[in-house]
Formats: sequence, C-alpha cells, structure tokens
Amino acid sequence: MLAVRGLTKSIGTQEILRGVDLDVPKGETLVIIGRSGGGKSVLLKHLVGLMQPDAGEIWIEGQNIIGLSERKLAAIRRKVGILFQGGALFDSMTVEENIAFPLREAGERDSKVIREQVNEMLEVIELEGQQKKMPVNLSGGMKKRVGLARSIIRRPSCILYDEPTAGLDPVVSDSINRLIRRLQERYHVTSVVVTHDMKSAFHIADHIAYLHEGRVYFHGTSAELERSGDTLIQDFLLGRSEGLP
Amino acid sequence: MTRIFTGVGAVVVALFIYVGEVVVLAAETFASIFSQKIRWRIFMDQIVEIGLRSQLVVVITGAFTGAVFAAQTFFQFNKLGMGSAVGAVVSVAICRELGPVLTALMVTGRVGASMSAEIGTMKVTEQVDALRALAVHPVDYLVVPRALAMMLSMPLLVAECIGVGIAAGYLVAIGLLEINGTYYMANMVRWTQMRDIVMGLSKAFCFALLIVFISCHKGLTSREGAVGVGKATTEAVVDSSLAVLICNFFLTMALNIIFPAGYQ
Repeated sequence: MLAVRGLTKSIGTQEILRGVDLDVPKGETLVIIGRSGGGKSVLLKHLVGLMQPDAGEIWIEGQNIIGLSERKLAAIRRKVGILFQGGALFDSMTVEENIAFPLREAGERDSKVIREQVNEMLEVIELEGQQKKMPVNLSGGMKKRVGLARSIIRRPSCILYDEPTAGLDPVVSDSINRLIRRLQERYHVTSVVVTHDMKSAFHIADHIAYLHEGRVYFHGTSAELERSGDTLIQDFLLGRSEGLP
Repeated sequence: MTRIFTGVGAVVVALFIYVGEVVVLAAETFASIFSQKIRWRIFMDQIVEIGLRSQLVVVITGAFTGAVFAAQTFFQFNKLGMGSAVGAVVSVAICRELGPVLTALMVTGRVGASMSAEIGTMKVTEQVDALRALAVHPVDYLVVPRALAMMLSMPLLVAECIGVGIAAGYLVAIGLLEINGTYYMANMVRWTQMRDIVMGLSKAFCFALLIVFISCHKGLTSREGAVGVGKATTEAVVDSSLAVLICNFFLTMALNIIFPAGYQ
C-alpha cells in the first residue's frame, strides 16, 4: 500500500531525514514514534506530497509520488486522508461545512446526500448536533474529531494522523484512540500515526517504527518494542532523560 | 568594494526571484481560470469584500481629492485669468492619474492587507496544507476568485472615484470659488475625451493585477506564525503601493502613445 525508500530531507543546514525506509501493508496501522523534533511530522507531510524530499521515493498503491506536480498529486491525495495536529479546520466555515467540504469540491450538489453523509460522519466521531458550531467554539479534541471526519468522508484507503492525542487530556486521548481503532475496524483503512504518546501507540499499532536521528532505528510489533533491550528505546519508553545531551 | 557588489547583487537576485514568483503565481492563476472550475460563491463574497465594502473609502478619497485639486488649481490659474479652465484640468488629471492611483493605494491598504492576512493566517494554521491534502489547489480556491473579483471591481471603483472627484471639484469650483459654471462645464467636456477615461480604467485593471498577485503571494509565502503574518501583511501593502506607483509611470508613458493626452 505505502512504501518509503531512502527518503532524505534537509531544512536549511539541518538534516531532518537521513534515509528513511518504511513499508506499510494494506489495512495495517503503523505508528511512528520518536523524540520531539525528530522529523516525524516532516515524514508524514512527505507521505501526502505536502513536502518534497531531497532524495528518495514514496510509493502509494504502486505509484511513486515524488516529482509529481501539484495537480497530478490531487489524484493520489483523494486516496489519502490526513489529520493535522491542530485539526486545520477552515475557520470561516461551520463544522458541517468543514466536513462537507471534500464532497462539495468533488462536485456533489445534492444537499440531502451531503447532509446524510455529514450526519453519518458526526455519528462516527460522536459529535451529533454540533453541525452549526464554528471551529473557534470547539475544544482541541473536538477540532481533531471534525478534522478526522473531513479527512474520511470520501473514504480514503489510507489515513495519516499527525499527533492525534497531543495536547489532550487522558480521557479525550482515549476517546480519540478508540475512534482511530473504530475507523480501522469499520473502513479497513491503512493508517500511519505519528505520536510520542506511548499509551496511544500501544493501543492502536499493528507495527511501531522508532525514528531516531532521521532514520528508522526500530521497526517491529508493540510486543517486540516492549521486549527490546536497547537502551535508547527503553529510555524513550520509560521517559528517562539521563545521559541525553 | 567586493562586499558592496556582493550585497547589491544579492538584493538584485532576491528582487528577480520575488518578481519571478509573483509572475509564476499570475500565470498559474490565468491557467487555472481557463482550465479549472471557478468557485463563483467565493467570487461573489470577494466582490462584496472588495467592491461593496470599499465604497466609503473610494467615495471619500475621490470627493476630497477632486475638491482640493479644484481649489489648488484655481488658486494658480486664477492669477492668470484662467479660472474656467479648472474643470478641464481637474477632470483630465482625475481620469488619467489621480483616480486610478489613489483608488489603487486605498484598495491596497484595505483589501490587499486583508487578503494577505487572511491567506497568511490560513498558511500558518495549516489550512492551506489542508486544502492541498484535500486535493484542492490553493491557487484555484484562494487566488482565482480574488483575482477575478479584483479585475472586475477595480475598474468600477476607479470609475466611481473619477465620477465623485469630478463632481466634488465642480461643487467646490462653482459653490465656493464662484467660477462660472457654464464655462467650467464647457471646458471640461471639451478637454476630457473618452480616451482619458479608457486610460484610467486600463490602469485600474493593471493595478488590480498588481495588488491581488502581490498580496496573495505574500499570504501564501507567509511564515513564522503571527509575526510572519504581520510581516507579510505589511510587505503586501508596501510592495503593492510601490508597484502601483512605479508601474503608473511606465503605464502613463506607454498608454499615452495609445491614448495621447490633450484636445485633438
């Protein structure tokens, strides 16, 4: 479904990605973990063509997306939904208009069809009755849910999540984790989740990749990660900062 | 010495890159207008924002410019016994220069700043990335409706400014300066030609393109959060204003060949 080969990216003089290789089979959930500023979000943005790498390849459903023009990328982007860290809702639109946006842009004009699909999405994200609210009146968790609904309303085959639980309290974080799980079970989508919330990672991951210094340092199952005797991984899992620069 | 040349060279290169980026944005916008669907609802919203909400600013600008220009011209011309020629001077000057330039500067301050700030805020809050991720090209969605609305609104706003300016000049000349109304009107009609109005409206169209592409480009390339948006907004106003003033000179020289000034 999704493969990354030798991806490198520098911003200014800083090397962010130094040759990332990843494979995400269809229907699986890969969680990418790593320290803050380690390039996780940069990697995620490359996966949907929002950033262009210095070198490397990204294959989505058999097509290398590197070098494609913005207009040619549109066809790929219809297959891939992304949840941004802050939701990235259009602040001039209501919740309903935000969720309906991809449908309207796809040419759907039947307001009954749009309303039905928006209501279905609101039910999935458990925000029924919030259609008329503006993004400014939503909490952080609600914004992420609405952003997620907007990403999945056109049923993408792959969903990318950028820090879905960052800045949320444990209860709301748990509800987002359950929502991600529910989406996987209901729509059988391939998911890539970037997070440093380990509880969330263990809850939703089929596989976990640990990104360190711009490379994939570890790739395996949750159980393999927990069993790993590697000091770097154990320090990250246990939140130990001794010995760090 | 080498340092001076290097510094100047860097500024020139940066200027060429900047102008190139704005030209590429303009080319993408025109390509999109002819090949992609146009968001008419956003276009109508922008017509309201640019055209309707600029009414007060444009009317006041036109009225007081016409009034003060009539008064100043009269103070000089009256010494030569040419008071009745004020109407012709005011009318031609407002049509060819003052109307388009002052309207463009006011629209830059009001609309260019708002465009740049709005798009810049969308950029730094990842809303532009969200558009791209949802397979919507930001030029199609953000720039095209604004460019079309600006291309339609600016000539109309300039026409309004010209009309109000001439009317205000007339009222001041006749009401306050006691110039003979018949001679004033006769001279004005004799010396003001259709080509003066066409020149003003042609300039308005060119200024519309400058303002919209510079402002949208500044918004789309905005960085560094709130500070970046503030900087982009300021730069949009300053760059658009300078572009209007500089291009006005070249437009005047070029358009004067097509629409020569004076009674013929």
